[in-house]
Formats: sequence, structure tokens, C-alpha cells
Amino acid sequence: MSITKKIKMQLSCPMPKFDFDSINLGHGSGGILTQRLLNSGVFEMLKNDKLDEKHDGAFFSLDGELAFSTDSYVVHPIFFPGGDIGELAVNGTVNDLAMCGAMARYLSLSFIIEEGLPVEQFWQILQSIKYACDNAGVQVVTGDTKVVEKGKGDKIFINTSGIGTVHAAADIRLGNIKDRDAVIVSGKIAAHGIAIMSKRQGLEFETDITSDTINLNFTVKKLLDIYGDKIHFLRDATRGGLAGVLNEIAVDAKKGIDIREKDIAIEEQVAGACEMLGLDPLYVANEGVFVAVVDAAVAAEVLNNLRQDANGLNSAVIGSITGEHPAKVILQSAIGGRRVVNMLPGEQLPRIC
Amino acid sequence: MKYMSEYRDATRVKSYLAELQQVVTKPWTIMEVCGGQTHSLVKNGILSMLPDKINMVHGPGCPVCVTPLHLIDKAVFLAEKPDVIMCSYGDMLRVPGSKKSLLEAKAAGADVRILYSPLEAVKLAKENPGKEVIFFAVGFETTAPANALSVLHAERAGLKNYSILTSHVLVPPAIEALIRDETNTVQGFLAAGHVCTIMGMSEYFPLAEKYKIPIVVTGFEPVDLLQGILMLVKQLEAGTYNVENQYTRVVRPEGNPQARAVIEKVFEVSNREWRGIGSIPVSGYEVNKQYTAFDANKKMNISIAKAEESKECIAGEILKGLKKPSQCPQFGKKCTPINPLGAPMVSSEGACAVYYHFNCTEEPV
Repeated sequence: MSITKKIKMQLSCPMPKFDFDSINLGHGSGGILTQRLLNSGVFEMLKNDKLDEKHDGAFFSLDGELAFSTDSYVVHPIFFPGGDIGELAVNGTVNDLAMCGAMARYLSLSFIIEEGLPVEQFWQILQSIKYACDNAGVQVVTGDTKVVEKGKGDKIFINTSGIGTVHAAADIRLGNIKDRDAVIVSGKIAAHGIAIMSKRQGLEFETDITSDTINLNFTVKKLLDIYGDKIHFLRDATRGGLAGVLNEIAVDAKKGIDIREKDIAIEEQVAGACEMLGLDPLYVANEGVFVAVVDAAVAAEVLNNLRQDANGLNSAVIGSITGEHPAKVILQSAIGGRRVVNMLPGEQLPRIC
Repeated sequence: MKYMSEYRDATRVKSYLAELQQVVTKPWTIMEVCGGQTHSLVKNGILSMLPDKINMVHGPGCPVCVTPLHLIDKAVFLAEKPDVIMCSYGDMLRVPGSKKSLLEAKAAGADVRILYSPLEAVKLAKENPGKEVIFFAVGFETTAPANALSVLHAERAGLKNYSILTSHVLVPPAIEALIRDETNTVQGFLAAGHVCTIMGMSEYFPLAEKYKIPIVVTGFEPVDLLQGILMLVKQLEAGTYNVENQYTRVVRPEGNPQARAVIEKVFEVSNREWRGIGSIPVSGYEVNKQYTAFDANKKMNISIAKAEESKECIAGEILKGLKKPSQCPQFGKKCTPINPLGAPMVSSEGACAVYYHFNCTEEPV
């Protein structure tokens, strides 16, 4: 999100006058304090007719095939260059649904707040949620707020679940992946993870790298409108990075994947930060990049189309599916050597020297 | 990324490979000393591109791998004390001690922090006056200046709650021990570029002269490594044994005098045990008497029994370059990065982990 957009938001949504500075255990008790917190801002901010019912759940009807997804957000720090946990929590679930070929319609939103969270920060997160929902064309229709004791959480955790309607022409399944399909990556990799790292305590470094968090549902819809079932598989390259996602696809589809290092786009600053931190960008998280496995016959067209979209300007065909070496991802290095790209055993830990 | 992309240039790589192919007439066994070089050789797929006659064996230059078991046990013991904040570089955390790793201690509630610089640990000590902040000072000559500097900073700030647990090792004595080992097969060395950035090249001339073995100080990028290998092979084919510097853009013959001065102020050379290899005389640093107040080994009351290494782990043979990781019967079976039997399966610079991660069998994949 650009800084100007965020400033506009803050101007249009001044924080209401709360009679408390920070959130305490009472705000999760279900009593008067909970009501005061919700009524003095939350409901108003996320206002829609379904939420206004203030029921235990939401009533709605949807036509056609549906997709359902859930995700929890525990990012640290909760505010980072280019976004915050609120925006992430909406975009993440919207994108998970988009990868199923579905347009997100309704979300549930649950907060687990550590007592002591300044209410100003909570308000800022709410604004981001509202902003992200508007951008993605999705509504929060039900939710929950819990508060845990100091030290039992990390400022705020958010869970969102979402329901979306599947595109009539979509047929996105691992079983549809065929030999010679093209593997497309929709943008430059590793920006989100490095933006987060740049603000972690003990690691702070000067950079203007920002997270790529964005909703991808309209981008995917456009592709499905034109290419339908020629789009064989989609997955967003979030946790585990591009390498993690490609390995999941290779293992689950029992196919090999050949990729070319030279075709994988990465911002120079991001590549530099990865060098400095001793991290492999292939394993660094993204929040606005997806992998599309598409029929080779339409690959060039899909790419051309994707490059017209603001979320796909740097998209590229990085490789293809092969019947050889099933369940393995093999990379041709920039200098022409070949090696296996494996899954990481755990978190990527920085090297000593 | 300037000064980096030039050294990853496919055209230059191809031309060095073509020249190597022309120059090499006999089989040669070459050791790259540093784990960073091993990582780069495998990550870039260079091992599978080299002429068959060149056999690269991987050296002991992975600080995580050679840190002795009892020292990891000490770090875990200290980390588990309620009044201690244990700070470490990232890859030390997963290395198994005899009972657990620092990562497991952290999961059980110990305050263990991953830092990029020991100076951050000094900052933590200032912010946490009620805690003893200990930095697990691991590494070769490369990390020694920063670790020593942290002690000087802590002294200047008058801190009484900062100390370092040292496990510093030195490259030249290790190279000498490897050459003198009766099982040695290495005919030429790629010396570690960043170690020489600090220490300079002077320590390597007597080694080359005494053992009649060529040494090329080499960098870490593909072009660096191939140029270094080419320089070494040219010497081997010609029967010369000079010390040469491939990494001239970074390494000066005299090294970095300021960094060395800081090392000399805080540390003294000592005998050191290397995990998997054993004791090597005068092959490490420890905090000197003047700075005992900052030496966690002396300052803290550490009482732990000395533990036995796993008998199934052949780390010693791996670190001496006698065996490739894929030749270990436990490789990828009982020993994986998730359940490592020994340290070389842990660090991203450890030969076993590098082979496992990049599925390296040295056959073209």
C-alpha cells in the first residue's frame, strides 16, 4: 500500500474517543467493556447489513460452487514497511480463495489480543482491514475478540476465514497438471519476507523495501475469464517462498519441475539484502506473488495478459513441468549448473559468516 | 549488486571451464577450506561442471561444524539459567548438543536470541542490567574482530553483565594438521578468502614452502571459485607450490591491521579441540587474562559432564575431506537436517547439509 493511500484513510477515519488507552483483559470478557470496544468503533468501521444483524453468525446465500479457506496471522512486527497484520489477514485469505479460482465474498474475523495493545494501534489495524476489504470487494460478516494476559501472546493475532464463489470456467486441481505445462511466477520474489526482516529487533537495517501484500483476486479472475481450464493450477508463494510452493506442487502432483534461475525476477535491493543476511530468496515469503501452471499452448498469451495487470508487471515463465524426476524441482543456475531445489528442514537461519 | 553480478557471469564461467579442460592432464584432489565455498560450489551446480579429473573435497571451514560438543552443552547449560540471555548467530541454534540444541532449549523456555552482530548483544546487556547477557562467540578469524570488539565496547560502557563464550578456531593450524595426517590425499588448497581479509597471507607462505603444496586464496562467487581452481591446477600441473591471491579485490597481503589489533588486545592463542577432528595445538583463541571478567567460561559457574560423540557420525572423516557426505551410511537415512547426528548436517555451510539440501551426488542431476 502506498503511503499516500494510508494517509488518506487516516484523514477520513479519525479515531473515535475511547475512554481507555490500551486494551485489557476486560475487553475480551464479553461484558460491558467488550461491548464498549466493539460499539465505539469496530462495527462502525466494518459496517455492512450482515454484520449489523449482530447475531452469533451471519446469514447469506450464494449461488454455484463455493470455496472455503482459513488462515491465522501471527506476523512480528505487526506494522511493517508496506502494510500491517490487518491488511495481511484480509489479503491472505482472499488470495487463498483466489488460488482456488474463487472470488472471496464473506470473511470471518477473529482477534486474539495480548493485553496492553495500545488502542491507537488496534484502530490502525482496523482501518487497514477495512481498506483491504474494500479493495478486494469482500465483507467481514462475523467475528470474535479475545484478550489474553500479557506475555501469553504477541500484541495481536488475527484469524480470518473466507467463503468465495468459484469461477464458472475454473478447474484448478493438482490432477490437471500435465507434462510440458508452463510455470509462471507473477512478480518479483522475496520482498515481503525481507521487509519484515528489516524491522525485526536486532536486525534493523536501512532500506526502502516494502511488503508486496496485495489482493490477487481480480488478477486471477481476469485470467480465468479468458483462459478458463487452461489454467491448470495456482498457488500463492507465501510461507516457504517460491521454492516451498514449487516443491509442494512437485510432490503432490508427482511431477518434476525444471526452473531457470535467470528468469526469476527479484528487486536488486531485495537480492542485496538476502546476500547480506545469508538468506536464499527462493525460500523467503511473498504476499503478492503467485505461481500459475498453465497449458503450454496458451503460456505466451497468459504472460502477455498478466503483464498488463498491475499485479503481474514482472511476471515471467520460469520453467516447465516434466515427467522426468517426479517430485523434484531442478534449477538451472544462472551460470548453467544444475541442482535440486529442496524444501527447507525448518526456518531459514542466518549464517555465521 | 554491483561487484557481485560480474562474478556470476555465465560467459566468464564458461571460458574458465574451457581453459580448465585444456590445462588439466592428471587427476588432482583439491580442498576448498571454507564452508562458504562449499555452499557456493554446490548451490551454483559447479561440482557437476568441473572436468572429471578434478576432485573437490570439502574442508573443515564450517565454524558450526567444528564447535565441540561440550561447548554446545555449556551454551545450553548457561541458556537454561533463568538470569541469562544467551545470544548466538543463527546456525548455531540447531546444532545438537549431547542432550539438546539451543533451539530446543529456547522452545523449553530459555531466553535465546538470534543476532547478526555481537554488538547487538552489548546493547541487550545495557537494556537488561538484571540479566547476564552471553554471546556465543563462534567462528574462524573472520568473526573474531567483531567478537573482540564487543568486549571492548562492554568494557567502555562499564558493563558487568556481558560475557562471551568463545569457540574460536584458526585456519592455518587446521590446514597443517590436515596435511600432516597420514591419510591426507589433498594436493592443493583453496584458502578461505574472508579469513585472509582479516589475517592477510603471511601465515600461508611457510605452509606452502614446508609441505610443497600450492595454496590459492579464493573468493566465494562462481567466477572466483573457478578462477581459483584454475590457478591451483596450473600450479599443480607445473609442479610449483606458491601462495597466490585470486581474491585481490578484497584480500590485501597484510590483511586488516586494525581488525588484527582488536583481536590481539582481547584474545590469546590457545590449543583447541575441533569437533570430529580432535585437539589441534595453537589452533584457537580464548579471552586473555586482562579481559577474564568478560569470559563466560571463567565468570560463570559451569558444571557439566563431558559427553561422548555419536559413534555413527563420521564427521571427522568428512571434515578432513576423506569421505564425501554421500559416502556416509547414515546420510539421508538416520541423519537428516531435521534429526542431525552431527554438526555438518546442520549449518548451511556444513558439507552434509549442503549435499542433503541440494541433493548432491556430484552426478549431473
